[in-house]
Amino acid sequence: MAHGPAKGITRWLYTTNHKDIGSMYLWFSFAMFFLGGIFALVIRAELFQPGLQIVEPNFFNQMTTMHGLIMVFGAVMPAFVGLANWMIPMMVGAPDMALPRMNNWSFWILPFAFLMLVSTLFMQGGAPNFGWTFYAPLSTTYAPPSVTFFIFAIHIMGASSIMGAINIIATILNMRAPGMTLMKMPLFVWTWLITAYLLIAVMPVLAGVVTMMLMDIHFGTSFFDAAGGGDPVLFQHVFWFFGHPEVYIMILPAFGIVSAIIPTFARKPLFGYSSMVYATASIAFLSFIVWAHHMFTVGMPIAGELFFMYATMLIAVPTGVKVFNWVATMFRGAMTFETPMLFAVAFVILFTIGGFSGLMLAIAPADFQYHDTYFVVAHFHYVLVPGAIFSITAAVYYWLPKWCGHMYNEAMGKAHFWLAFIGLNLTFFPMHFSGLAGMPRRIPDYHMMFADWNMLSSVGAFLFGGAQVLFLYIVVSTILKGKKATAEVWDNPEGLEWTVPSPAPYHTFSTPPEVK
Amino acid sequence: MLKRAHRLFAWLLAPAVLMISYQTLAEKAESLKFNMTEGVTPVSREIQSLHMEMFWWCVAIGVVVFGIMFYSMIMHRKSRGVKPANFHESTGLEILWTAIPLVILVIMAIPATKSLIELYDSEEADMTVLITGYQWRWEYDYVESDVSFFSNLSTPRDEINGYAPKNPNYLLEVDEPLVVPVGQKIRFLVTASDVIHSWWVPDLGVKRDAIPGFINDAWAVIEEPGIYRGQCAELCGKDHGFMPIVVEAKPQAEYEAWLEEKRAEAEALAALTEKTFTFDELYERGEKVYGQWCAACHQADGSGIPGTFPALHDGSKAVGPIEEHIDVVVNGVPGTAMQAFGEQLSEVDIAAVVTYERNAWGNNMGDQAQPIDIYNHKQGN
Repeated sequence: MAHGPAKGITRWLYTTNHKDIGSMYLWFSFAMFFLGGIFALVIRAELFQPGLQIVEPNFFNQMTTMHGLIMVFGAVMPAFVGLANWMIPMMVGAPDMALPRMNNWSFWILPFAFLMLVSTLFMQGGAPNFGWTFYAPLSTTYAPPSVTFFIFAIHIMGASSIMGAINIIATILNMRAPGMTLMKMPLFVWTWLITAYLLIAVMPVLAGVVTMMLMDIHFGTSFFDAAGGGDPVLFQHVFWFFGHPEVYIMILPAFGIVSAIIPTFARKPLFGYSSMVYATASIAFLSFIVWAHHMFTVGMPIAGELFFMYATMLIAVPTGVKVFNWVATMFRGAMTFETPMLFAVAFVILFTIGGFSGLMLAIAPADFQYHDTYFVVAHFHYVLVPGAIFSITAAVYYWLPKWCGHMYNEAMGKAHFWLAFIGLNLTFFPMHFSGLAGMPRRIPDYHMMFADWNMLSSVGAFLFGGAQVLFLYIVVSTILKGKKATAEVWDNPEGLEWTVPSPAPYHTFSTPPEVK
Repeated sequence: MLKRAHRLFAWLLAPAVLMISYQTLAEKAESLKFNMTEGVTPVSREIQSLHMEMFWWCVAIGVVVFGIMFYSMIMHRKSRGVKPANFHESTGLEILWTAIPLVILVIMAIPATKSLIELYDSEEADMTVLITGYQWRWEYDYVESDVSFFSNLSTPRDEINGYAPKNPNYLLEVDEPLVVPVGQKIRFLVTASDVIHSWWVPDLGVKRDAIPGFINDAWAVIEEPGIYRGQCAELCGKDHGFMPIVVEAKPQAEYEAWLEEKRAEAEALAALTEKTFTFDELYERGEKVYGQWCAACHQADGSGIPGTFPALHDGSKAVGPIEEHIDVVVNGVPGTAMQAFGEQLSEVDIAAVVTYERNAWGNNMGDQAQPIDIYNHKQGN
């Protein structure tokens, strides 16, 4: 009955197994994480001191653009899809994903999309240089010729995300083991279910906006060209209608991960399970009606400014509920601080700090000073790096023993955590100050008054980068020669995934488990 | 083993962290800028106080939340032998921590709404300046008088490339600042001719996107004479980091004298259109104009950037018929980054730069354009 995987390269090319596909997604995202990280280090090296030392301004813009695109679409999103592939079937007691062949397809188109995107660096005119937000008309009339390849790459990534989302929804809604009611599902499953709906809602919007760009560039339309009666601000509305839910796509699954890890290491059930579910749903709903807070300075009418300011402030309420719930889960627990817990706790603290700066940015009048400065860069890196990256890292440490059957080295895991934690804060905290002092984002050179903060940020960035090399070493050495892990791995963790042996067999739950 | 690694780590790291933080704090505390400027207008002051108010709210919430969190991380550790509690729900608590943030948000929203309404009230201005963003410079047009000019970065390339020491206003200096009177309500109309830019002067509390096809407005009453510096805040291409803004606020009388001087200058320049220049005069002037307006894209040696900005050698208009060359400079190339310079540059400057391009870097065309040729071209004959 049980049979193992095929041998050789065809195992990976033809696989329909959720674990194999999950692993491929995770390795792919790891590779992209390093590539995007190298781009970030080029940026930080150039900004180490005032003056132009290493790169030309045009190449600098290519680096900021590619860093953003690769990290968002190549590192964070595939990592979450990889985790979903590995964990959701095991968490709901399903034998595999609902649509395994589509699963294979949605992964395998990704490497080609990114190959195409990265190849633009070697094209005449260079890679996209208009920022990851690619505002028209800079990204249409004034773009390098490679923009067409960028558009095609975005289309493929979008198709991959939509297929992944459909698969996840189908799995969760149809493949749960008997007794696994919706309100018994682990929060990671819940947050992913909601994320998948967000993906289906907004990826077509992204596809739409890049198609409009394509038409403007090649087919003579004027969607975004004022000279032809078009509207450059329309681009921003459409982009951010995708873009704001997109940032929650990158954070909601993280909420699910942290909600799994904190109870395990606090040895106490998650506080307020149902309010966590409702808070996630509210955040998802609000994400659709706040997009123009990215555009407070474009000259909206005051009624628009007020609406988007109030709606944005409201996000603080469900997000606050989540943070309070995590703290209440920790309160009067019996805590230990293994590596996954360290990353999860750091997530709560640093994400909250990012939330605070988010609340400040929501105040429209103040945003006239914050907008497009390093204060914004600090804000979204504080929510994305400790938010998405730390939660993914926590998830890897938490579930890696289940995946490969080996335990990682705790001392090295902790060293990784502290290096990453210090590196992150050293990189991004000073950006609050350089931004408030008046440094605009996306500039390759700056006045001396910003020099000290930038030097600190650059030192921190290289420290953070080094920490990730250690992470790669830890993961590889754990898989190759780590100590044998038990089925439970941790001290009485909750969830079906811990009822199967470590490593998890190639096929799990061929007969559905019993859920009490 | 684990404990030891832990301790070793702390010993290694602590001194480094302490050293860095001590040095930065002690030496730099005086000169270091780390907070939003209060600025010199009523709006900028209001924004700054709003910013500080928000900041202290965040600090207060942070102290409470992180306080409880760290308390339990210290007190509720397994190593202290505590037994975990088992509570996981409390409707009362949940309602409380939904309601309290809501109340705080309302308290925050009230002053924010007031400031926003004030910020949007650009009615009844004493004067108006039309600001147009270009790749990569600003144009200022004094709507009520016949004065308009361009404002370019004036930091020498050598300072940027590290061949010369950087002056105190590095990257925040221009050839012609925007001069305005103090104590007057100035209305800024902001637009752009190519891509989106954003006109931002922190001390004025003004940041408005400059969008082609749209005119945004903002206003300021500057209370103290002085020089206020800002930068373009929206990514606008290669030299986004090199199009600063300098605003010089002067007392009314000085401002009027300046305005008069500007008007006279413009008239003198117009008179030059009728003059005939020698080749050397044109070439010399053209070299300056080229460095200021063309070199950013076409590069100082005319070699361009392959794939983005064409070289001005073989196959380009610079070595073709002079009529077409003039046409490209005056009218630009629609749908590309090549702007129409007909309105931006004077006839003299266009004639000079065309002459220069046709005869520099081995382009030995040997011909020249006179201002009157440009004038005629613009008139369509």
